[in-house]
This record gives sequence, C-alpha cells and structure tokens, in this order.
Amino acid sequence: MRTMGAPTPRLKPGATWLLVSLFLIGPAIVSAQPQPPKDFVAVDETLPGEQIPALPLIAGAYGFIWVVLLGYVWSIGRRLQRVEGELADLESRRK
Amino acid sequence: MTRSTLYMLALAGGMFAMAPWIINTAPNEATMGLVYKIYFFHMPSAWMFLIAAIVAGVASARFLFFRKATADGWAMAAAELTVLFGAFTLVSGPLWARRAWGVWWQWDARLTSSLLLFMIFAAYLLLRRFGGPGSDKLGAGLALFGMANVPFIYVSVNYWRTIHPPTSVVPTLPIEMGIPLWYCVAAFTLLFIVLLRLRARLEHQRARVEALYLAEES
Repeated sequence: MRTMGAPTPRLKPGATWLLVSLFLIGPAIVSAQPQPPKDFVAVDETLPGEQIPALPLIAGAYGFIWVVLLGYVWSIGRRLQRVEGELADLESRRK
Repeated sequence: MTRSTLYMLALAGGMFAMAPWIINTAPNEATMGLVYKIYFFHMPSAWMFLIAAIVAGVASARFLFFRKATADGWAMAAAELTVLFGAFTLVSGPLWARRAWGVWWQWDARLTSSLLLFMIFAAYLLLRRFGGPGSDKLGAGLALFGMANVPFIYVSVNYWRTIHPPTSVVPTLPIEMGIPLWYCVAAFTLLFIVLLRLRARLEHQRARVEALYLAEES
C-alpha cells in the first residue's frame, strides 16, 4: 500500500530572492577584501603617524620568545640531571 | 650532556645574544614600518614549528611501522619542540598582525591550519602524559596526522585568499633584510638541533631507567 509523505517544504519568494542576491553579491564582497603584500620594500625612515606603537609589540614578541626559551632550556637541564642521577643510582645498585 | 651538544648550545646562545644588533641593521619596511622586525624571529620560529612536526611524524612512522623503540624518544622530543616553536609563532604573529593588519587574529587558511597543528601536538603531549599503556602507538598515529597538515600550511598562503604574506616574500627580500633573516634562521636551526638532541637524550635515558626498574622487579 502506498502512503502519502509530508509535503516538501518550499522556500518563500522573499527567501529565494535573498539567496539569489547573496549568491550574486557574494563574490563581489569577497573580491573587495584587501590583497596580501607581494613583496617587502625597504625604506630608511620610520613611517609618520603610526596609530599603534610598534615598540611594545616588538618587545613583547622578542621578550616572550627569550623568556620561554631560557625557561625551556633550564627545564630540560633539570629533568636530564634528575634522570641521569637516577640512572647512575640504579646502575650502581646493580653492581 | 655531550661536549658537542654543549658547544652547539653555547654557539646558539651567542647567536641569540647577537641577534638584536644584527636585526637592528635591517631598514624599516615601507608599509609596516618598524613592527615588521618581529618577522626576524617569527619566520624562523614558524619554519622550526613545521620542521619539528615533520621530524615527529617521520620518527612516529619509524616507531609504528619498523618497531624502532628509540624512534619513539625522537618523536616525543620533536612533538614537544613543535608545541614550543608553535607557541612562538602563534604569539609573535598576532603581535605583528595587531600593528600590520589592525587585528590580533584572522581566521584565514594559514593561521587556522597553524593553530590546528599546534593543537594536534598539544593533544599528543597530553595523550603521552595521561594516556597510560598504549598511548605511544596512539600518539604515533596522531603525530602522523599532524605531519600531513604541514604541506597544507606551507602552500595555504599561495592557494587561498589571505592577508598573510605569501611564500614569495623570502626570495625577493632586499639584501639588507635578507642578511638578518638568514642569520636568525641559522640561530634557530642550531637551537632546534641542540634542543632536539637534549630532549631525545632525556627520553632515551628515561627508557633506560624504566628498563632497569623492570629488571629489578623480575
């Protein structure tokens, strides 16, 4: 026996127009995004009118890398010292 | 610590100590000004981030498919370095972007895939730390999955729409910017090799300690 299913939902005309408009306008919006720089150009002087000061950002980036690196080297040294001490202890116990 | 590792560590330390003076000789950039100097640490960090992920993936493949026990130590060491250099990249990048793009972060292909790689290797370390028995093999599979992400990250700036500079920036750099950059690349590469050797040694010594404890018990 054949049963009748629920009617297929249809988009309202307004929603259809909205979707068609988005489909047509979408590529134009995407193509309006800023393009990435193709190369770096060297200049001699600092640019005037910098909105965000660069120095704290540079100090933050370099400072973070320096501090974490020093901490990591110290941590490896400490862990290595502990394990090698334990290893020497175990080996001397076996003899 | 072997003598050669100690010399390499001292040399890397010396190169890092000299780096601010070398970077200071580079001129400012026309559109980004002074802030682009973050690039001299950001780009080498990003390269080491990707190389570490490849080393972890290759070592994991050796461990999984050829049953090389020592390869697991190398994989663990490289995974930790992936997270370390990934953190450098993902912190220095937004600091540069804040001034250059006006925003801290963009959900574009390069940035998002880099964050994904960092998270995969952070998950690897958590798995190895808390995963219990069998986590070595699970981790190796995860590291292989992470390594597969590396080529996509590298080419993402060339194939997808993004405001991140493309890979063509490096070969077209003026000489006065190129010298500090390659100096920093050399310093980071040397540091990466030293840290990888030290961290792998730690893992191999741990394996020896574990084997000795097991021998004592039996």
